[in-house]
Amino acid sequence: MTKKLILMIVALVGFMGSVAQAQRVAPQETLIRNATVLTVTRGTLQNTDVLLRNGKIAGIGKNLNASSNARVIDGTGKYVMPGIIDCHSHSMLDTINEGTLAVTSMVRTEDVLNPTDVDLYRALAGGVTTLNLLHGSANPIGGLNSVVKVKYGRPATEFLFPGAMPGIKFALGENVKRSSTPNQPGVTRRYPNTRMGVEETIRDAFVRARDYKRAWDEYRAAVGKDKNLVPPRRDLQLEPLVEILEGKRYVHAHCYIASEILMLINLADEFGFKIKTFQHVLEGYKVAKEIAAHGAGASIFADSWSYKIEAYDAIPYNAAIMTRAGVVVSMNSDSDERARRLNIEAAKAMHWGDLTEEQALRLITLNPAIQLGVQDRVGSIEVGKDADLAIWDGHPFSVYSRVDTTFVDGVVFFDRQQDLTRRSELAKERATLEQAEPNRPPAPGQSPQRPRRPRTQDDTIEEEQP
Amino acid sequence: MNLPTRFANLALVMSICMICGQTLLGQQIGNPTTQQGVLPPRGVFAIRNARIVTVSGPDIENGTVVIRDGKIEAVGAAVNVPPGAQTIDGRGLSVYPGMIDAGTNMGLVEVPQGANGTVDLSEVGDFNPNAKAITAVNPYSAHVAVTRVEGITNTVTAPTGGLISGQATLINLLGTAPKEMAVVPHAALVINYPRIGGGGGGGFGGFQQQPANLTETLDANARQVEQIRKMLRDAEAYGRARDAYAKDRSLPRPDQNIVLESLVPYVRGEQPVIFRAEREPEIRGAIRFAEEMKLKPIILGGNDAWKVSSLLKEKNVPVILTGVFSLPVREDDPYDTLYETPAKLQQAGVRFAISTGDSGPEVRNLAQYAGMAAAYGLSKTDALKAVTLYPAQIMNVADRLGSIDAGKIANLVVTDGDLLEIRTRIRYLFIDGRPVGLTSRHTELNDAFKNRK
Repeated sequence: MTKKLILMIVALVGFMGSVAQAQRVAPQETLIRNATVLTVTRGTLQNTDVLLRNGKIAGIGKNLNASSNARVIDGTGKYVMPGIIDCHSHSMLDTINEGTLAVTSMVRTEDVLNPTDVDLYRALAGGVTTLNLLHGSANPIGGLNSVVKVKYGRPATEFLFPGAMPGIKFALGENVKRSSTPNQPGVTRRYPNTRMGVEETIRDAFVRARDYKRAWDEYRAAVGKDKNLVPPRRDLQLEPLVEILEGKRYVHAHCYIASEILMLINLADEFGFKIKTFQHVLEGYKVAKEIAAHGAGASIFADSWSYKIEAYDAIPYNAAIMTRAGVVVSMNSDSDERARRLNIEAAKAMHWGDLTEEQALRLITLNPAIQLGVQDRVGSIEVGKDADLAIWDGHPFSVYSRVDTTFVDGVVFFDRQQDLTRRSELAKERATLEQAEPNRPPAPGQSPQRPRRPRTQDDTIEEEQP
Repeated sequence: MNLPTRFANLALVMSICMICGQTLLGQQIGNPTTQQGVLPPRGVFAIRNARIVTVSGPDIENGTVVIRDGKIEAVGAAVNVPPGAQTIDGRGLSVYPGMIDAGTNMGLVEVPQGANGTVDLSEVGDFNPNAKAITAVNPYSAHVAVTRVEGITNTVTAPTGGLISGQATLINLLGTAPKEMAVVPHAALVINYPRIGGGGGGGFGGFQQQPANLTETLDANARQVEQIRKMLRDAEAYGRARDAYAKDRSLPRPDQNIVLESLVPYVRGEQPVIFRAEREPEIRGAIRFAEEMKLKPIILGGNDAWKVSSLLKEKNVPVILTGVFSLPVREDDPYDTLYETPAKLQQAGVRFAISTGDSGPEVRNLAQYAGMAAAYGLSKTDALKAVTLYPAQIMNVADRLGSIDAGKIANLVVTDGDLLEIRTRIRYLFIDGRPVGLTSRHTELNDAFKNRK
């Protein structure tokens, strides 16, 4: 009883700490002076000021004026780049896969957001400001995504990116086939079991969605004349698929090998919708022209390969080949660890495949913004865009550089100096808490406390990564 | 689209042609594919007019490295090019020693998931000191060429699993047979130091096997340590009996025991023992255990090594850090705890190396692990040493690897910039004095598809 109480107090203190951090009021204005600005859309500007006002970028230029109460940051020797956008993340999701059915378009990641996930803070420390939170890859048609701004310390509702295009996860290949799940006697395998079945699962769903849409269209057309008409029964599984058919929801399709990529392109063409992004798409370089012709984007790893059979032909030239074929390519993490260093991942596209610096920068800024339908809000340093950006102590493509400060909507959500300053304070707090009775090591014969996991990880089988 | 680079290469080749009266050396030489049964020949090579980052001493801004019959023959600002040498004009280029990743499973696994037949990582059972990595290393693994073309010329390849996993090998990433690759065939014994609360240090078992209470947990841990202790003591006794019999044939002849036999050099402290240990209790446990058993310990993993730095320093125990790119262990650890660990160990005077700890595909990114450590407090010089000279010293091969000094194995990387920077390109590669082509499964697939219209 006492133990529970103290644990609650401990939790509360921790919570209050993060609230206090979040409540640091943003100044109305911040002026970053004399920095090198990587605008992404307008080249690299030397010795340039960037003015942030009311959450937006209000000015870019030389010798900008700010109001007297503006916070002024000396950017001499520093680099300003747009906040990094990670187009494939499972961060802050309490659970990732609803894997019991092959079509789970009725489930929503928005319902399982955990805003206290500490990995969000670690991502901010790598200059990341926007995430595409995707359902896992257990099903040909998975759940709905959430596009969020990383506002660590705020309630989950404040994370949601207003105006981002709704999306959904599709998946093809080994994870969907459940290649890693052994056959068990007496247990029927879930359909599909082959790439042929994957195609038919998706086709069947869209045939049903098309009929469902027709039923509603007919009802809507007729209900004005006949008020007694009974509407069709709502189908929460098919509604998102109708939105796809109507171009109102983006498809983010996990895939690996060339044949399955072509299959989905053909299937989408058959039903008249577009795939917005192929995710991972490790063999995209083999079918780059087909992807470009369909108008799909690609969101990839820089150089992960060989972690399973369908990843054995992955090459780090994927970004370059697809970019040159006209595909909008982004570089994602699919990992709370890798999310912290997407700048390094993007730079690899210069090392392998000779992309220009601007092309490589786009992989983690403007291109993922386009893929999420938020390119008018974020993804470059332009007047009028959201003040989502990071100040780096060197060029972000140098391995020796790190982030000083990360802004989201003009508010500081990570600041290295503040972080360093708070450490001794936190260490003291920790030492005090360790003295509390329930936090002491258990006496001999008593149960040790299990380490608390940050969140549930049930993604073991359908994990996207090794 | 590749034009700028193409031209650069062309210009380079042309400058070689114009400058040297000796035999010309272009990028076309060397072993061009991932699988070729014949190694590129050794010979006499000279890299002239290059910035030479010796690592062991100061950089030479404009110098020459001479390679002869597999070894570095000479290095310096005033070294003459021997007659008949194949020459590379190194103007604008830098020469580095090849990088060494001392914590991998390179060559023991091709595809870990869905292709079990390609996995030779872990033997059945807890005690396999006689399982030798050099036996199973696949010289034709695609990982080998993919890794070396990024400037990593050597790995320590270790088996995993159980308590005593087996014996690691230190290899050149070039060769048509394991024997040709081996620098030290049996480089270290690998022990997963038993992890309190389940399994070995390698992480099998995990939380599911956690016994019900602390006493049982500690007892289970002590029992595992005791099992290892007993086996090592048996090996000591076996070694003594074997040697005694060799001197005096009138003594009873000990039956040969291939398991204990393999442990003898390690229990005698002649060869190092790598202990996989991440957390503070296991690292401390491994150090105490090694001292008690008079072993030569190396800690592999070492996420919590910064908490144990004074003990590591006091006992002169080196650490092969594999966690630079891991997420912090505890939720309340500072975000940069593991980025910063190398700098903390350096300040504390602990010997360390930086490793990817990877089974193969990620090893090529070793430079970035070191670079990240430099972004968080380690000097650039030490970051470079942490992937060259330091691992060589820890593995006791600094007389042969890890720096550019006369007499060492000619494992050299010629770059167009800072070796640790992502955008830097490798221009020439020598392993064991052989010029190695910069091709791999990945360049071949790139070539096959980049022009598909």
